[in-house]
Amino acid sequence: MVDKTLKISKIKDGTVIDHIPAGKALKVLNILNISEDVSSSVSIGIHVPSGKFGYKDVIKIENRFLEKIELDMISLIAPEASISIVTDYSIKEKFNVELPQTLLGLINCANQNCITNGNEPVKSEFETISRNPISVRCRYCEREMNYKEIQASM
Amino acid sequence: MLKNKSVVSIDDVSDEDILEVFKVSDQMSKLISEGKKSEILSSRIMATFFYEPSTRTRLSFESAMHRLGGSVISVSEASSSSVAKGETLADTIRMADAYSDVIVIRHPLEGSARLASKFSSKPVVNAGDGAGQHPTQTLLDLYTIKKEFGKLDGLKISMVGDLKYGRTVHSLIRALSRFDVEINLISPSILRIPQHVMSRLPARTKITISDNIEEDIENSDVFYVTRIQKERFTDQNEYRSVIGSYSIDGGLAGKMKKNAILMHPLPRIDEIAPEVDYMPQARYFKEAANGIPVRMALLSMILGGE
Ligand SMILES: [Zn+2]
Repeated sequence: MVDKTLKISKIKDGTVIDHIPAGKALKVLNILNISEDVSSSVSIGIHVPSGKFGYKDVIKIENRFLEKIELDMISLIAPEASISIVTDYSIKEKFNVELPQTLLGLINCANQNCITNGNEPVKSEFETISRNPISVRCRYCEREMNYKEIQASM
Repeated sequence: MLKNKSVVSIDDVSDEDILEVFKVSDQMSKLISEGKKSEILSSRIMATFFYEPSTRTRLSFESAMHRLGGSVISVSEASSSSVAKGETLADTIRMADAYSDVIVIRHPLEGSARLASKFSSKPVVNAGDGAGQHPTQTLLDLYTIKKEFGKLDGLKISMVGDLKYGRTVHSLIRALSRFDVEINLISPSILRIPQHVMSRLPARTKITISDNIEEDIENSDVFYVTRIQKERFTDQNEYRSVIGSYSIDGGLAGKMKKNAILMHPLPRIDEIAPEVDYMPQARYFKEAANGIPVRMALLSMILGGE
């Protein structure tokens, strides 16, 4: 038996994003623009066995603390994700991401015929209808988007 | 209260407002039938922006405004002027703000009327946004039923045809779900009502899905037929067979209850045979005519005539 805890190294200062649905870690990294940000070293665990979900992905980022908008984006990909803020090898704060009631400019409307997909000077705007399962509604065209459609539009 | 409010979706109209629309529409119908003209909006200007052709809806709005003594300015070919120059709808509306008191818009993109209402300080009335909302059609449909039966509660209302793409049906179902009615939906399987419409109805809504047009036409108080568009079908043989089984001819209409009514948002293609026009249940031309008193009521409530 391999010790599961050895799979990902501990970080000194930074952020741990845990309980990401298996296979979605790269999508989260994409949102955080990690490839451009050379100041943070990142360790990723993909398909890590997890009692709660079967399998999960985990991301640990050195020297980076997330902004509200980044947490909101993560909540769309990984609604159950937990965030740990690590200082000097110990967890200073831990919380779950939460899908906000209003999503402003975070995703594009899946309805190709929606006015917000044109060149109008507006941000997309969605209202959260349900958190489990995720469902959001466009405040312009009133179309609802489910988890799958949200993923496809990010 | 609708005073100075935009009406983009039927959700913008409260239950009390709907009852008020019924009441004022009755007064407006009376005015029209007596051949009288009102001057309550004599100092007001309505601007219509139609980015896609819909002569019937535009004329109905313009006629309503004229009958209230108001003035109308319209950009009938909006698509050829500002859009061709690449101007955003937001800019067009910001400009229109200065020269009118109320803006009526029809646009091929969904959400366009909501966007217009955000950039306008004047109330905006949605006259249809793509496959989205068409609240004045919904109001005139409700008013037609109310006028015929004196009430909505307790009625069995069947809707037939394209329940998937038809915008009039979606907002009508949502509006009907506010009343104590029995809603019955009849469509070919590929044109069933979408889940996103069903999921927004209150849990207490009495709704059934059926494919037995013969049986349903016998026991419905209102039979609401919608257009089935050829473009929705990839297989034209399938279109022909659907049209064949979902069109209403004299034989089928003859099965209707004596006091039941047959409605259609018009224009129709093959959904209702011309022979049905002369049957006592046919109410679609009356329904379209009701668009004028209903739009008069809405404009007078929004612009606050005495
Ligand atoms: Zn939209």
